[in-house]
Amino acid sequence: MSRKKLSRREFVAATAVSSAALMTAPYIRGAHAAGKLSMAFWDHWVPGANDVTTKIVNEWAEKEKVAVTIDYVTSQGFKNLITIAAEAQARAGHDIITMPTWWPHANAEQLEPMNDIMEPLIAQNGKVNGTVEYLAIANGKWLGVPCTTGSQIKGPCTRIDLLKKHANIDVQALYPAGSEPKADAWNTDMFLKAAEACHKGGNPFGIGLGETSDSVDTAGAFLLAFGGQLVDAKGNINIKTDAVRQWLEFYKKLMAFLPPDVPAWDDASNNKWLVSGKGAMIMNPPSAWAVAKRDAPEVAEQCWTHGFPVGPKGRFAPYLPFINTVWNFSPNKSAAKSLLTHLLQRSSAERQVAASGGYDLPAFEKLTDFKTWAEEGPPKGTLFSYPNPYNHQKLSIAASPAPPKIAQQIYSQATLTKMCVRYYQGEAMEKTLDWAESEVEGFMRT
Amino acid sequence: MADVVINSASQPVVARARPRKVSPVRRFFQQKSTIAFFMALPLILLIGLLVIYPAFYSIHLATLNKSMQRFVGFGNFKFLFTRETFWMVVQQSCIFAITAVIFKALIGFIAAHFVHNIPSAKQRIWRGMLLVPWVIPPAMSTLAWLWLFDPSYSAFNYILAYFGIGPIPWTGDAYWARFSVILVNIWYGAPFFLILYLAALKSVPEQLYEAAAIDGCNWWQRIWFITLPMMRNIIAITVLFSLIVTFANFDIVRILTAGGPLDKTHLFATWSFKVGIEGGDIPLGASVSLFMFPILAIAATFILRDINQRGNEA
Repeated sequence: MSRKKLSRREFVAATAVSSAALMTAPYIRGAHAAGKLSMAFWDHWVPGANDVTTKIVNEWAEKEKVAVTIDYVTSQGFKNLITIAAEAQARAGHDIITMPTWWPHANAEQLEPMNDIMEPLIAQNGKVNGTVEYLAIANGKWLGVPCTTGSQIKGPCTRIDLLKKHANIDVQALYPAGSEPKADAWNTDMFLKAAEACHKGGNPFGIGLGETSDSVDTAGAFLLAFGGQLVDAKGNINIKTDAVRQWLEFYKKLMAFLPPDVPAWDDASNNKWLVSGKGAMIMNPPSAWAVAKRDAPEVAEQCWTHGFPVGPKGRFAPYLPFINTVWNFSPNKSAAKSLLTHLLQRSSAERQVAASGGYDLPAFEKLTDFKTWAEEGPPKGTLFSYPNPYNHQKLSIAASPAPPKIAQQIYSQATLTKMCVRYYQGEAMEKTLDWAESEVEGFMRT
Repeated sequence: MADVVINSASQPVVARARPRKVSPVRRFFQQKSTIAFFMALPLILLIGLLVIYPAFYSIHLATLNKSMQRFVGFGNFKFLFTRETFWMVVQQSCIFAITAVIFKALIGFIAAHFVHNIPSAKQRIWRGMLLVPWVIPPAMSTLAWLWLFDPSYSAFNYILAYFGIGPIPWTGDAYWARFSVILVNIWYGAPFFLILYLAALKSVPEQLYEAAAIDGCNWWQRIWFITLPMMRNIIAITVLFSLIVTFANFDIVRILTAGGPLDKTHLFATWSFKVGIEGGDIPLGASVSLFMFPILAIAATFILRDINQRGNEA
């Protein structure tokens, strides 16, 4: 076999020709020219909601020539938390992953900064609420972007008829559909009286005091309404304060009017309580109402979602956002950011909100006026106040404003509800406070 | 070794055959122990991958600080020793495992006797039925129990209400919640004891009972002096095995009470999950789960030593 030797001249000529050809050749963009992108989104409980997200993502993918893979990871059994922990440890996995509340801070060192897309998004969609800033910013770095799907306010969902019958309160007058709330009188005293009246009438409020998030969120919002903070923003323990004592007294009174088994309630218990027709009020996003629409329409048409009662230090409602994050080991960060920006365009968010029947709640100021909330029913206007359209309550999360890594422990260990239950079950106030202080001291470790 | 070679043409010739040279590698692969090793290799690899590697990895995790960036040695363990909840979990795990194993063994023992005395034709159906709780995946059967114990709509309370009893806060009160998780664990685990004790009962020679009957032994004496001594080893093994599994239980408590109320039903595994995964403190969660190891190792050492001693005596 003869082998032709390439001369220096031939080599130079060939290189020049190939370079010229490459430079002048027309750029042909393939179907997936911009690479691949994988994402783990929260698996929505509303049938059809995932399909709309898939459609929005596919539209973007087609336009941007990106091959996308979407996994919807359920939060049932904390599968999403296990996925986050596994991917963080392996430093491999999806490019985009949806994290609940505390997890962006817990994984802050491994997340791609999002300032470059959050700043234009804020300019476009308005400010995000304070809870999102608290949960998604670390040392000036945006750890993720607030997600429309799954983000929610856990406000009161009240039976119009039962509150009127037992407590003589017209909740629709307090929170009229289509106009500003007239809820100045809706305070913690009025709330307690209503709880007592409904208890006497045989339809107690269904407010959990278990260790899951619905119970913890409600306790946290009331604690803030009394001005209490177990740990302040600087990390100082503030448990033995008058505000915390007042809050415990309030809960002790309230618990006497709740079903006796509330310390064992989980996030499904309050939904069941409302749907069964037993309860006059629960603290939940409109998911319980949506289930009632399907399973107990006569209950659903009497439900009204509205604001929290105001306490001595203000009116607070729990807001639980999901946050879309991008791992810093992701190979396609620019495509990930482009997709996340696309998902937070008004048209995308509006479609997602509509698909969820109004359950999903974007964190941006200008994205809380979609017609879905005004039109959903029965009864029509039941969700009008759900997105907090007049900002008459401050959106918060239990255990805030403690530094998020400490707050996460207070939240996940349900320290707040445990304090209420201990005190209610007869433990001395100071002993409960001592116990809480010792617990929180343990959460301070770094 | 000599082979006899027959020369077909003339007289037989006794030839001294040269021994076949077997290479050391071939000899190595022909050894029984090597074959046994290779046959067990898939399992060894599986155990290495799914048990040993995670175990060492969790030891590594347990030595890191909360943000997993710094080596803290035994810092997490020292911290745990200062926590009230940790000691409560230790106490609860012991109460849960010991109570459940005692009752499982007792119920298994009694039920095994009943089944043993049933005519063999009907025994199969009883054995099959009594094994059902153990065959159903515990996560699934515990869900059924969860509905029976539901705080607001308990089927048990519904029935008890007819007799003017209750409602009982099955999962709402700390002591009832402990009772409930132990009850479900017994329900699930007793058939395991039943089947092993039944096998052990069948292996006790009938002559011993006949001799005892001639000696005038009563029912209790037959149990005490024949059955129990003959079953002693199997009882020890089952108790050890069940103790390990019950100590490490996760699914029943997780589904039924998630450790509540007020952490009063947490076991090592559930608290480890709560601290590590839910609380985002993986090193501390790993430390909690590792704490099971020395407790179980001590129990295993005592029980196995006892079995060995009796084996040697025999």
